[in-house]
Amino acid sequence: MEVLRDIASWALLVSGGGFCMIGGLGLLRLPDVYARMHAAGITDTLGAGLILAGLMVQGGLSLVTVKLFLILVFLLFTSPTSTYALANAAHRQGLAPLLGATPLDSAATDHKDETSSKP
Amino acid sequence: MFVAATLALLVAMGLALARALLGPTVYDRVLAVNSFGTKTVLLIAVFGFLTGRPDFLDISLIYVLINFIATIAVLKFLKFGDLGTPGGDPGSDREMAE
Repeated sequence: MEVLRDIASWALLVSGGGFCMIGGLGLLRLPDVYARMHAAGITDTLGAGLILAGLMVQGGLSLVTVKLFLILVFLLFTSPTSTYALANAAHRQGLAPLLGATPLDSAATDHKDETSSKP
Repeated sequence: MFVAATLALLVAMGLALARALLGPTVYDRVLAVNSFGTKTVLLIAVFGFLTGRPDFLDISLIYVLINFIATIAVLKFLKFGDLGTPGGDPGSDREMAE
């Protein structure tokens, strides 16, 4: 039973860490701030969810698991709200999304002009 | 097991910091710092398990909320120019900065 629990939490933790890294990489590589929000969303929901689930499996039925579950619930509530507020503030301030550009050349022109939108 | 998760989180935090430094617009920086804060929450939780100290989870619980409030405060400051007068009457607030 103990070995099974260790294997399960090990798998959850490593995959959660992997998704956090994928999110971090996406944050770095994606061409536009609106696209980067998707990457940040990956880490907030999937990365955090898997890591906290791995810790919950390790925690067993105790107060520790309740606290971990609360962290997950708060995270799942606050992360979309903050991303929405960020997108709203960026859009309202006039930051046009990068439309129609293929990922390759839009990445090249990322540093040239961030705010104008591609035809 | 926890060490692997901790290392993955540290790498992810490095990437988020890189975006925070590189970010052309200020919203990239806010997004990167928000993502960095979320990863700090996870790091504290995993590190609490690593060193066998369950009270770290209270710290990460509070950190989730503070991280959210900080992001919203920065965004409000970016949008309205100031955080509003404390307890000031609505009339004195600047109109919505379009």
